[in-house]
Amino acid sequence: MTDASTNSAPAARKGASLHRTDPRTRRRNGAERRFRLYGAAAISMGLLFLCVLAVSIIRSGAPAFTHAVVEVEFTLSEAQFEEAESQLLKTAVYERYFNAALTAQLRDAGFDVAFDENTIRRIIGKTGGTIRSYYRADPDRVGESVTLDLPVSSRVNGYIKGRVTRENLLDSRFLTQADLDLVDAMRDRGLIETKFNWGFLTGKDSGVDNPGGAGIGASVVGSFFMMLVVLVLSLPIGVAASIYLEEFAPRNWFTDMIEVNISNLAAVPSIVFGILGLAVFIQFMHLPQSAPLVGGLVLTLMTLPTIIISTRASLKAVPPSIRDAALGVGASKMQSVFHHVLPLAMPGILTGTIIGLAQALGETAPLLLIGMVGFVARQYPDGVVDGFLDPNSAMPAQIYTWASRADPAFYEKAWGGIIVLLVFLLAMNIVAIILRRRFERRW
Amino acid sequence: MASRPTLPALALALTMLSATGAVAQTRDNVQVAGSSTVLPYASIVAEAFGENTDFPTPVVESGGSSAGLARFCEGVGENTIDIANASRAIREGEIAACAANGVTEIIEVRIGYDGIVFASRVDGPDIDAFEPADWYLALAERLPLNGTMLANPNRTWADANPDLPDVEIAAYIPGTKHGTREVFEEQVLLAGCEDVGALQAMLDMGLSEDEAEDACVSVRTDGSAVDIDGDYTETLARIESNPQGVGVFGLSFYENNTSTLKAATMGGVEPTAQTIASGEYPVSRPLFFYVKKAHLGVIPGLKEFTSFFVADPLAGPKGPLANYGLVSDPELAETQAKVENEITLSQEGL
Repeated sequence: MTDASTNSAPAARKGASLHRTDPRTRRRNGAERRFRLYGAAAISMGLLFLCVLAVSIIRSGAPAFTHAVVEVEFTLSEAQFEEAESQLLKTAVYERYFNAALTAQLRDAGFDVAFDENTIRRIIGKTGGTIRSYYRADPDRVGESVTLDLPVSSRVNGYIKGRVTRENLLDSRFLTQADLDLVDAMRDRGLIETKFNWGFLTGKDSGVDNPGGAGIGASVVGSFFMMLVVLVLSLPIGVAASIYLEEFAPRNWFTDMIEVNISNLAAVPSIVFGILGLAVFIQFMHLPQSAPLVGGLVLTLMTLPTIIISTRASLKAVPPSIRDAALGVGASKMQSVFHHVLPLAMPGILTGTIIGLAQALGETAPLLLIGMVGFVARQYPDGVVDGFLDPNSAMPAQIYTWASRADPAFYEKAWGGIIVLLVFLLAMNIVAIILRRRFERRW
Repeated sequence: MASRPTLPALALALTMLSATGAVAQTRDNVQVAGSSTVLPYASIVAEAFGENTDFPTPVVESGGSSAGLARFCEGVGENTIDIANASRAIREGEIAACAANGVTEIIEVRIGYDGIVFASRVDGPDIDAFEPADWYLALAERLPLNGTMLANPNRTWADANPDLPDVEIAAYIPGTKHGTREVFEEQVLLAGCEDVGALQAMLDMGLSEDEAEDACVSVRTDGSAVDIDGDYTETLARIESNPQGVGVFGLSFYENNTSTLKAATMGGVEPTAQTIASGEYPVSRPLFFYVKKAHLGVIPGLKEFTSFFVADPLAGPKGPLANYGLVSDPELAETQAKVENEITLSQEGL
């Protein structure tokens, strides 16, 4: 401190009241006020972006959860069943029978709109697959009169939801303006209803000409098995590695190097792990392509550094006095770690793990190289082993695939998929917060 | 506390077990990769195949013709793909690369034709009638002017052709890993280059034929032409953000997006399934897939899938592929026979 400052401060104070702020205090107070304003502005900007994001996601994605269905009474005769099953493209035959039945039914109902079977074909989506699996599941239904709820085609669906309008619809072989008259007439009579689309939550991917049949369920299962692999591998390996590094390993250049490399690994772009996975797991170890097991292994590599870093941080946060006390009453080093330090570090470790998992759940890039991005429309796996080994997609991969398809109806599905993915991420983060709140200790 | 450290060991052992189990297991599904233009058709067939047979639904990946063929040529075996989709014919070099890795028997299957459509935003300027020459003059990197090669001076479409509107050139063309690019270069740029006499001019300047052809198809890099390495949705997004942009699309993609896009005529012909099938529309290409013969009979369902793909109810003019925008092949019967008899490229004398 200089002489000038020690002399001038009391001089300035002389005669000044504490109740009246001098210019310097005012300046300091002003700076603080401005800083608070900046902070509040930053928070509100963040909130604004979040709101815009949330609103746009929900607005674009919500339509994916409902779809328009036609309720039709339908009887498939034994002869028709035999005929259809003898063909190569069986589903097309079922579709034809169904469309003919619906045409007849509408004619009986006496609509004053001109239509023919082609009109019906354009209005009703691809139904053959659904009808065939319905009858194959229970052959006794053949010959009986059943009521089927079948989704309308993607463009009609878009018209009912307001995505397709009469103004922007050009007549094409997919849909014509005249078809919409029949759609309107059917809606007036309550033949077309909007219902919750359970198929979207439980179904699998569908071909590009059948957006109505696409669902995210199968890829949720794929993601689940991947996360299982990641959890089972990265939690024990990550925790064991960090306990060793933090509590037991000697401090020397070698452990320092490991430490630096772990931090480096955490920053490696995820696509690199994908290439590694392709080279090591598929080409060298001959694991199957497009399998959640391989996806899980790749994502484990990606998640490990995150878990190690967060585990080490929470181990470090346990005060040395705990260790000293344990050692003081005669515990071995290992007992002090496993009886005292690890339980206290657990909330942090779990939070880190869950956040690492959430990150892995939303990862697409590494999956691109191991064949999980594309058209993967398998049935649900038959068992646990199949769940790991059968080709499957993952949620973010499925969303990516949908977003790149020509029919705008898939774009809607992609947004719907984003909502499902966000729900999972939100749930995982909430679990992490609850665990932290419940078990957190402060010293 | 001895039980805790064994947990990771247990987990490791578990994965090792499952890993060895996987090696023993035979792949039960067909694995396909390649052209993003063929992908939609392949996915339609794959879904139908899963619905109509007891085989599992094949897995179809995207990535572009070249990338698909590269993976196809990695070798023979369960951990390699069975089928490569391509929007162009396989090249000599690729056949050689395949052979070097033991993939000697390849069956070529042509599934039909696809038109290449030049489209702009439906509410954009009227950029709606092209000649191949317009594209050459608009996109060439250097043009032969007054006896020398000069950097392309054309800034607007009107510079290339006074009949076109005076809007800045912004073309979104498929990147080099797409098979579509090759067709675009050959049938549009090279054709345009010949039409305006530029090819001849370059030959007169003393360039060799190869050099001249390379000059015809080399695209300017000053930002007027943008390579799209993704698929058509990326091109669509670029057009949506730039109302003056013109993009290169497949016919089926365009037909699915007529509410945002309008197609331009090429050489005065409108792109439709009819004009492409009849050959009137000048820019179209055959679509292929390539099958590893060594995998037939090894991978369950591969032979069935291959025959199913080209069967009349699917690839025929009334099938779901045609309904989605594929121009069906008039010589489909020959392809079917070829698939049935498993005729490879070498047997065809190629």
